[in-house]
Amino acid sequence: MLFSFLNKSVHLHGFFETDIYSDMQKPFYVKILLVATLLLGFNAFAQETDNSSAEENGSVKAEIKEFIAHHLLDSHDFTLYTIDEENNEHFGFPLPVILWDNGLKVFSSSKFDHGQAVAEVDGEHYALYHGKIVKTDAQGTINYDEEGHATNVKPLDFSITKNVVFIIVVSLLMIFMFSRMAKTYKGNMIPKGIGRALEPIILYIRDDIAIPNIGEKHYKKYMGYLLTVFFFIWIINLLGLSPLGVNVTNNIAVTFCLAMFTFFITAFTANKNYWKHIFWMPGVPVFMKIVLAPIELLGTLIKPFSLMIRLYANITAGHLILMSILGMMFIFKSWLGSSMSFVLASALSFLELLVAALQAYIFTMLSALYFGMAVEEPEDH
Amino acid sequence: MEKLIEQFSFGLFFWQLLLLIILLVVLRKVAWKPILNAIDERESGIKNALEAAENAKKEMQNVTADSERLLQEARMERDSMIKEAREMKEKIVADAKELAQVEADNMISQAKTAIEGEKKAAVADIKNQVATLSLEIAEKVIKEKFSEEGKQLKLVEEMVSDIKLN
Amino acid sequence: MEIPTIVGAGLIVVGAAFGIGKIGSSAMDAIARQPEASGKIQTAMLIAAALIEGIGFAALFAS
Repeated sequence: MLFSFLNKSVHLHGFFETDIYSDMQKPFYVKILLVATLLLGFNAFAQETDNSSAEENGSVKAEIKEFIAHHLLDSHDFTLYTIDEENNEHFGFPLPVILWDNGLKVFSSSKFDHGQAVAEVDGEHYALYHGKIVKTDAQGTINYDEEGHATNVKPLDFSITKNVVFIIVVSLLMIFMFSRMAKTYKGNMIPKGIGRALEPIILYIRDDIAIPNIGEKHYKKYMGYLLTVFFFIWIINLLGLSPLGVNVTNNIAVTFCLAMFTFFITAFTANKNYWKHIFWMPGVPVFMKIVLAPIELLGTLIKPFSLMIRLYANITAGHLILMSILGMMFIFKSWLGSSMSFVLASALSFLELLVAALQAYIFTMLSALYFGMAVEEPEDH
Repeated sequence: MEKLIEQFSFGLFFWQLLLLIILLVVLRKVAWKPILNAIDERESGIKNALEAAENAKKEMQNVTADSERLLQEARMERDSMIKEAREMKEKIVADAKELAQVEADNMISQAKTAIEGEKKAAVADIKNQVATLSLEIAEKVIKEKFSEEGKQLKLVEEMVSDIKLN
Repeated sequence: MEIPTIVGAGLIVVGAAFGIGKIGSSAMDAIARQPEASGKIQTAMLIAAALIEGIGFAALFAS
């Protein structure tokens, strides 16, 4: 549903854009260009319905859709690009698969042959179904229920997938980068090398995120978490925009884990005042206190939940739109339409660069805000 | 929502959890603590240096004010000394003048008394001499005109009383 | 069954966009009135926009 909705929004985008630009009194040629794009877009879709090659176009669309869906999913092997789809030739390398199914089972993902083969390990058979490992028989049969969901047993999967590889890479990168930065502080007051670029960001997080939200007294104990989370999300978002095509924060499991940390840190460092405001709100009648307690309690869960959804949805939506616009290049098949979608995709890439930093900032900011609520002193009220 | 739950990969969650904990612990130890401490130290260092500079500036101002004050005092002392000297000079001159005056007055009064005494002596002398002269004149007169002794004596007496010596 | 969810999603997006637009315009007014407080206003604006956005996304995924 989300995909189809966003796909439609792409066409609307052009319409809104002309409106906005004319309001902003942009030069005339910009308007001309935009109108041309609009007309071209409608033209292309008109062609699509009239043309005898509608079927072919539809298959291209389906292929693009599948490609996008595949791009957004995690995978068990590291494929950089596909050489030949028909002969199942890919450029990349396999990753280890680790399963817990009546004992630990470790094997290479090359056994799956990009989802086309059934892997046999210690007499058990496994196959890939929509990027997930399921237990099958020797032929790799997938059983479905009435609603079309696979009923095969899913073993506990601790595989080092593409995303795990990237989490490890980013972790190592961060440890390397920041430990080096820390070393440059020894002996002299001013950082050297990469620290010169990173120190203003660290100072910004301290002075504009941590101190105003948490307060001068308590902010120090949260600094480690805030800095780690900010740089982790930022770097991993940026890597997601690179041509390697991994988007780690596009996995709900990752954002869930990050949000869970914020939730538990808030809960464990909260003072008596915070819990009092949740369970027994001061200054309201007793009846209201009883009504407010479950709402407030729910609120503590909704806060990290919204953190999780926001990061996930922003990155997913960004990638979806970007990929869809790139895919439109193959639907238009005209030099003007393709170049326009190229221009639009480039512009959106810049927007995504901003979003990558903005989401990291907002996650850090809101985490700091929740920590600030947890350690707020009663005198402030 | 179902799609989200379906998409949730436990393996990825496990690895993310593990790696994030490791990342938090390691970075806190090797990076954030030294970096933040160094920044704090630098900031407090800058603050201290600024304070020291401010203090030095104040001290400098104090020193300038002191020297200014000393100069002022010296100037005032000099002024007062000059004034004193002038006063002393004037006083000496005045004293000398007074002394001279007194001396002069004394001398004048002495001279006056001496003159008075001399005058009195001179008058007495003149009176005596006049008396003697008168007697001599009288003798001569008497000698000449002895007959008219009574009349002439009376005339002499009249003449003597008439003589006023100034 | 497909059409109502699409319409619902559209309504959500329109509502969220209206809310964020309102926040943006108010923030612009506030910055124009008090340019020296632009940093604080921007922070508050981003937080408010992020909250609305979060609700929007949650509703989109729930639909």
